[in-house]
Amino acid sequence: MTAREDILARIRTALQDSPEAPQIPREYRSESGMETEELIELLVDRLVDYKAQVAVVAEAEVPATIASLLEGARSYVVPEGLDGGWLEGMDDARSRRRVDSAGEPLSVTDLDGTDAVVTGSAVAVAETGTIILDGSANQGRRAISLVPDHHICVVKAADIAGILPEALRRIDGTRPITMISGPSATSDIELERVEGVHGPRRLDVIIAR
Amino acid sequence: MTTFLGMPALPAFGSGNLFAGESFPKAAHRELGNAQLRANLGHATHTIRDKRQAVVSELPDWEQLRDAGSAIKESVMARLPELLEEFEKNFTARGGVIHWARDAREANEIVAGLVRETGETEVVKVKSMATQEIGLNEYLEEQGIEAFETDLAELIVQLDRDKPSHILVPAIHKNRTEIRDIFLREMPGADQALTNDPPVLAMAAREHLRRKFLTAKVAVSGANFAIADSGTLAVVESEGNGRMCLTLPETLITVMGIEKLLPTWQDLEVFMQLLPRSSTGERMNPYTSLWTGVMEGDGPQNVHLVLLDNGRSAALADEMGRSALHCIRCSACMNVCPVYERTGGHAYGSTYPGPIGAILSPLLTGIEAEENNSLPYASSLCGACYDACPVKINIPDILVHLRSVDVDSKRGARKVPSQMDVGMKAASWALSSGKHLGLVEKGLPLGRLAAGRDKKIKKLPGIAGGWTQSRDIPAPPAQSFRDWWAKEHKSAAPSQAAPSRDDKEIQQ
Repeated sequence: MTAREDILARIRTALQDSPEAPQIPREYRSESGMETEELIELLVDRLVDYKAQVAVVAEAEVPATIASLLEGARSYVVPEGLDGGWLEGMDDARSRRRVDSAGEPLSVTDLDGTDAVVTGSAVAVAETGTIILDGSANQGRRAISLVPDHHICVVKAADIAGILPEALRRIDGTRPITMISGPSATSDIELERVEGVHGPRRLDVIIAR
Repeated sequence: MTTFLGMPALPAFGSGNLFAGESFPKAAHRELGNAQLRANLGHATHTIRDKRQAVVSELPDWEQLRDAGSAIKESVMARLPELLEEFEKNFTARGGVIHWARDAREANEIVAGLVRETGETEVVKVKSMATQEIGLNEYLEEQGIEAFETDLAELIVQLDRDKPSHILVPAIHKNRTEIRDIFLREMPGADQALTNDPPVLAMAAREHLRRKFLTAKVAVSGANFAIADSGTLAVVESEGNGRMCLTLPETLITVMGIEKLLPTWQDLEVFMQLLPRSSTGERMNPYTSLWTGVMEGDGPQNVHLVLLDNGRSAALADEMGRSALHCIRCSACMNVCPVYERTGGHAYGSTYPGPIGAILSPLLTGIEAEENNSLPYASSLCGACYDACPVKINIPDILVHLRSVDVDSKRGARKVPSQMDVGMKAASWALSSGKHLGLVEKGLPLGRLAAGRDKKIKKLPGIAGGWTQSRDIPAPPAQSFRDWWAKEHKSAAPSQAAPSRDDKEIQQ
């Protein structure tokens, strides 16, 4: 008997009393009913609590905000599908910008030598201060938002959900998903929270109205 | 022709790091002498308890989430075979490979075989209770494969050649100065000027592991959840070491207990609210990674999952105990446990310490396993663990149930009745009727003689001596309540006195 058959047989034997699967009571909140301004305010509050830096700007201000956050960065990486216009006016394509694409992915060493990364996001959860990346074209593959030490992430106001159930409904679970709530952190030494271990130590979130 | 109806198979118990080397009372007695350990633990558990309470109180629907979580897990246990098959189908359809392991040995062999196929002799590891349970690191070492733990606390424990003592914070028993000393001693090239400041220590760990992450070809992980209807696996973490292991290597090998399933993608919304708040006391942990088989051009292209039984099917056979398998390893129960807070995790022997360990370990190994049969007694039954459990595992009831299983398993094993058997028989006779009890009470004043002048009984004979090992018993009163009542009410209302009541009625 294969291990698979054996284990399934053991489980069926263990369930000889035929327990019934109960109805799942879903009386917990599934909608927050919050308006856009409320959502933005709550998300900002929660992100700041995690020691992320946040800027709330008009869509047209996004390029200038990114440019100022990238001051001092010797190089930065962007996914090939980053929303057009976000890097407008930054004529550093050849000197500082590195584009990661499926056809020409950057090596891990290249990423490690890059100071920052700019990505979009799929959806955010205001109540928990969580940003969800799903590997879409404007976010790129998972490694690019992980290895560089500074992550600049743009969240569109329309993509902010109030609570987790609302956000997960907007996501396809089979995509490679990363949920980010603040920069890398640890509480392993005397339960004292320390920001910045292996992931990006600096997280800048730009909320675009 | 006969039809084979199938013999009720013997439960297949688990192996690996699930056994205590010595009984809990013995180990606890030794650990209690360690004042530094108690101070470290007291500080850590109280900190996390307060944080957890604060974020749990924020949610208006916490109890509804617990109800849903509990029902979802109950449903998983009832439908486990079909859900495992559904998950397997969906994960495999997207390029993942599933392996099944009956026990620790089989799981270790599968992982070592997969690593060997890659030609590599090093793996990076993200913290995993399942691989701790099966002793994977030790096995890989025997096979000439080095496993590097990358979670900060696991790294501390590994460098110190110690054992984890907590599910969430494996190095909870060590303070910052002890950690600095371990780094200075064991980390090649550690800065001799290293201070005991937590940010400085965290940066030292970053430096130490960075090169490993960027060059590793193989990673080993556990999984927090496996979603059947999408074929998705999830790892919940904080530091980014998880993301490094799950994203950068070419080969990813995950080891997961068969009970970790969730039926649907929607169910994730319940558990991702329950888990972070219960474990680290945060609204959300910094990083959660989800992957479904292989994603071309993103992350490892060889993706394996080892589904581990190792006693879980045996635990499932215990109708009362099976809900211990609902555990999502948040550690809230140990952070509120007065026994854990004083003895620490090592006293429990097994990979799973604290209240959940006291039920889970004996369920996985069988209560007959002598090493674990003292664990169900490692509790004051105060119930704090039940209140804290996000999926409402009734740990106190299961503890009591396992105590009775333990007593039953010992019955008949001895030819001569034990002191306990005799004592219980005597108690059963005494408590069976008021008249019997009255007779016994007549003997109480004798206890005053034994107590002596300071009115304390310091040593009881036989197994009752276990009680007086750590406390005295006050001398019994000169007169029993029954005698006092009879005397007080004799003159007032003789017709209503106790003797008129039928003893048989009292029994029912």
